[in-house]
Amino acid sequence: MKLRLRYFAALREAVGISEETLIVPAAVCTAGALRTYLQARGGVWADALGPTRPIRIAINQRMAQPSDALEADAEVAFFPPVTGG
Amino acid sequence: MYVSIQEEDFDAGKLMAGLRQSSGCVGAVVSMVGLVRDTHGAEPVSALMLEHYPGMTQRALESICEQARARWAILDIAAVHRVGLLRPSEAIVFVGVASVHRAQAFAACEFVMDQLKTNIPIWKKEQRAHTAVWLEAQGSDLEAQTRWR
Repeated sequence: MKLRLRYFAALREAVGISEETLIVPAAVCTAGALRTYLQARGGVWADALGPTRPIRIAINQRMAQPSDALEADAEVAFFPPVTGG
Repeated sequence: MYVSIQEEDFDAGKLMAGLRQSSGCVGAVVSMVGLVRDTHGAEPVSALMLEHYPGMTQRALESICEQARARWAILDIAAVHRVGLLRPSEAIVFVGVASVHRAQAFAACEFVMDQLKTNIPIWKKEQRAHTAVWLEAQGSDLEAQTRWR
């Protein structure tokens, strides 16, 4: 399944890229599974997306829960808690 | 309803005038303008960089304004949030609400501010004397947001 991934703010700086296109195995079918899949890259990915990090996920520009399903060609964004206002 | 995410400054007076003129029934306009502070604790702040998620930011702010319209009898609402590089004393955010009586406008204005602090994808990075620091979400902002449930 092909996905467009985007990273913002402190997370973008930690992983060193703002976006990428990635083809993931069929088993990576939820937002939470994708986070785990990316953590398995190790290094800065394991650290920045580790279980204790308060990371938020959006699917197709809507806030998502870890159990939310991914669909082909979805845009999935990872970012820290927001601080606007 | 007017919602904008923009780099350029806004004219709060013009936004207020738009709200005043939205209907002959307007009896109150309440507004809030958020500004860049020049210090963080004891440390001077020389600039604030606001990053956002283009597209999602606009839609998330529109959604919050729609929720306010559904919840209170308000006549019009305007919300503007700036992004990019801002200096101390510059305006960051404007929220204005017009209603027949003041209570609805006060409540809706505060609701929109509380919601946007925790629900629109904008992140602030402060330029301090020797370092640049991403601000962390405040527990007090989350509490302010959850009291509207």
